[in-house]
Amino acid sequence: MSETNGAATLEVRAIVAGHGDFAAGLISAVEQITGRGGMLIPVTVLGLCLDDIEDLLREKMRSSGVRVIFTDLQAGSCTMAARRILRGSPGAVLIAGANLPTLLDFVFADAAPTDAARHAAERGRAALTVHEAPA
Amino acid sequence: MTLVLYRIDDRLIHGQVVVGWGQPLDIGFLVLVDDEVATSDWEQELYRMGVPPEMDVFFHTVKDAPGCLEKYRNDERSGILLTGDIDSMQRLATNGGITAVNVGGIHHRAGRTQRLRYVFLNPDEERALRDLAARGVEVTAQDVPGARPLPLDEFLAQKAG
Repeated sequence: MSETNGAATLEVRAIVAGHGDFAAGLISAVEQITGRGGMLIPVTVLGLCLDDIEDLLREKMRSSGVRVIFTDLQAGSCTMAARRILRGSPGAVLIAGANLPTLLDFVFADAAPTDAARHAAERGRAALTVHEAPA
Repeated sequence: MTLVLYRIDDRLIHGQVVVGWGQPLDIGFLVLVDDEVATSDWEQELYRMGVPPEMDVFFHTVKDAPGCLEKYRNDERSGILLTGDIDSMQRLATNGGITAVNVGGIHHRAGRTQRLRYVFLNPDEERALRDLAARGVEVTAQDVPGARPLPLDEFLAQKAG
């Protein structure tokens, strides 16, 4: 599956899922910064029970062919559902705790999506910095 | 401290529980009462990985939970007891000691009517909640601590969506 972005055709490479409008918000930011938001599928799970979240993610993976899921929170329902899916999906990768630097690294990577996801996770982890006001 | 919250939530351990309630209530442990999870090592590991290392998680079936509640009520830390459905909480409540139940999340399923953004109920489930209330248990709906707890009659009267 692919998404068009003006002249370019973008390969859909991953699902982004999380609380509230986390996915849409992050993808909107990716689109604004890079024009590559179409590589990511947003998933919102408001009002869904755990089984339905799992079914929804499974269906998104099946219909798009992607093997990478980014979620927001280690303890979140999307992460729990995705981890259940991984059990029967050899080769698929879940990155929990994704942030904007993670996704920016991912959409620019040339590597296979699962390898790109692992690299992006490291980039996202390293992108957290603390800045103190001068004394 | 003791068990400070008895919550019905079909997502069981998730962000609202661990972070939303866990942080402001300074929760030190979770008691998950669910027959399926209590009999699956893999499921237990899944939920354990979702909580911070300083938070303990204990798993029980509905049948064996009542015998352990006193221990949790005497724990010096604050804890939350979770069930994934109304029936399990109702069975626990028959043993006494539960004065209030928080309806935190019962999501869409065929046959259920939406009452709140996060509460969908079928007639049997509504009856079960009314039975709990009739036995003196205060039943309120509240997804996160900052929201107003809605009394049973109030949220059953709503028809969202």
